[in-house]
Amino acid sequence: MELIVQGIIKAFELLISFDPEVMGITWLSLKISGTATFISLFIGVSTGTIVALTNFPGKKLVISLINTGMGLPPVVVGLFVTILIWRNGPLGFLDILYTPYAMIIAQAIIATPIVMGISLAAIQNLPPNLRLQILSLGASRLQMVWILVKESKLPLLAAVMAGFGGVISEVGASIMVGGNIKGYSRVLTTATVMETGKGNFDVAIALGIILLLLAFLVNLFLTQVQQRQQQR
Amino acid sequence: MKMFRSSKVILTLMTAVFLLVLGAANVFAAKQAPKQKNIILATTTSTQDTGLLDTLIPIFEKETGYFVKTIAVGSGQAMAMGQKGEADVLLVHSPDAEKKFMSEGNGVNRRLVMHNDFIIVGPASDPAKIKGLKSSAEALKSIAKANALFVSRGDNSGTHAKEKTLWKKAQIDAEGQKWYQQTGLGMGQTLNVAAEKKGYTLTDRGTYLSLKKNLGLNILVEGDAALLNIYHVIEVNAIKWPKVNVNGAKAFADFMVSKRTQNIIKTFGVKKYGSPLFFPDAGKKVENLGK
Repeated sequence: MELIVQGIIKAFELLISFDPEVMGITWLSLKISGTATFISLFIGVSTGTIVALTNFPGKKLVISLINTGMGLPPVVVGLFVTILIWRNGPLGFLDILYTPYAMIIAQAIIATPIVMGISLAAIQNLPPNLRLQILSLGASRLQMVWILVKESKLPLLAAVMAGFGGVISEVGASIMVGGNIKGYSRVLTTATVMETGKGNFDVAIALGIILLLLAFLVNLFLTQVQQRQQQR
Repeated sequence: MKMFRSSKVILTLMTAVFLLVLGAANVFAAKQAPKQKNIILATTTSTQDTGLLDTLIPIFEKETGYFVKTIAVGSGQAMAMGQKGEADVLLVHSPDAEKKFMSEGNGVNRRLVMHNDFIIVGPASDPAKIKGLKSSAEALKSIAKANALFVSRGDNSGTHAKEKTLWKKAQIDAEGQKWYQQTGLGMGQTLNVAAEKKGYTLTDRGTYLSLKKNLGLNILVEGDAALLNIYHVIEVNAIKWPKVNVNGAKAFADFMVSKRTQNIIKTFGVKKYGSPLFFPDAGKKVENLGK
C-alpha cells in the first residue's frame, strides 16, 4: 500500500517537473498509438462498411473472422511482424525492425480488426430502410455510403476509442518489434515492464498512472466530440 | 446545419491526426541515422537492469556517431539472434554456449570484458541451512534434501545455463521436482518471485545489489570458484551474414575493452551500492579470474 502511495507521489513529481525522459516517452506513446489508430481507422471503417453493405457468399464467415481479429493477441502479432521484417526476413530490406515504424505497423494490425468489427456492427445496425430512403431521394451510391457512415458516428467514435485503448495499453508487440530502446522506441508500457524488472516499483507505478491519465485525456476529448453530436 | 457542423468536426479531427502523423514522421526521420549507423546489440538483462549500459552507451554514441539499439534478452536468446544474423554484436555471459556459438562459425573475435559472480540468495529463515557453505553444489544438495523451494529462471539465459551446470555438478535432477519452479522471466522479476514465495534462487550479484532494497533475500552462498559470472563481447560473423554492420560491431567491441570503458566499469555502482557491480577484465585470461 505504501508502495502505491510512493508511486502516486512519484508520478506527480515526474509530471510537475516535466521530467524530459518521461515526457519524451509519453509523447512517443501518443504519437505511435495515435498514428496506428489513424491508419486502422481508414482501413477498418472502409472495409467494415463495405462488408456491412454488400452481400456475398461467405459473408458470415468473413464477419466471424473479423470478430475473432478483435481479440488478436498482441504478442502473436509481434512475433509475426518480427519474423517478416527482420533483416533476413521477406521484408528485411525495409530495415525497420526495432524502430517506431515497426511499432506503428504492429499496433495498426492490432487496432484494425477492432475498428472494423465495431464499424461493421454499427452500419449493420442502421434501419434497413434508410438506404432505400436515401437512394430514393436521389443520392448517388457514394453519397449514400457517406451519409450512412455519418449516421453511425456515435459507434464509430466508440470504435476509435476501443482501437486506441487497445494499442496504447499493449506491451507484447511493442517490446518485440520496438525493442524498448531508450529515447527511441521506449513507450509507457515497455518502460513500465523494464522498471518493474529493475525493481523500481515506484517509477513503474508512476508510469502506469501517467498511462492511465493519457488514455483518460484522449478518451475525454473523443467523448466530447461524440456527445456534442448527440445533444442536438 | 447539422451536417455542416458534424463534417467540420470530423475534418478538424482528421486534420489534427494528420498533423500528428506528419510531426511524428519528421521526428522519426530526424532520429533515423543512415543505415550503417545502426548497431543492434543483443545482450543479457543484467547489463540493462543494473544500469551499466545506460551509462556506457551514450558515451559510445557521442564518441563514434553510431546509434546502438540495445535489445535486452537472455544470453540464450541473444545468441539465437546472432545465429540468425539479426544482431551485430553480443554482450553475453554463458561461456559454454558461447564456445559452441563460436565453433559453429557464428561469431568472430570473442573477447573477455568483465566478470562478477553469482550468489545463492534465499530467505533469512534459511530452511535448508545453507548459509555459509563454501560449495555451491553442497548448497544445492541441501536445498533438494530439504525440499525447499528453488526458483529458477528457466529461460535459457546465462544465469539459467550456470544453474543447470551447478545442478549437474550436484548430481541432482531438479527439473520436474515439486520444490523446483521455473519463472521464464528476467533476473529482476525472478528475484521478486523468489522473495515473494520465500524461495532460494541463483542470481548475478549486480542485479541482486541493485534490487536488494525491496527484496528481503539474503546472500547465503558466495565465493565458490564455480560461481564466477563472466561476460564476453562477440562480433557476429559478417561473412556468414552480409547485412551485419561489421564496422559498428567492431567499434562497439573495441569500446567495451578500451581502457577508459574498463575504468568506468570498475567504479560503476560503487557510489550507489557501496561496492562495484562488475570487475573489468579486458586482456586477462579466463583461467586467472577470481584469484
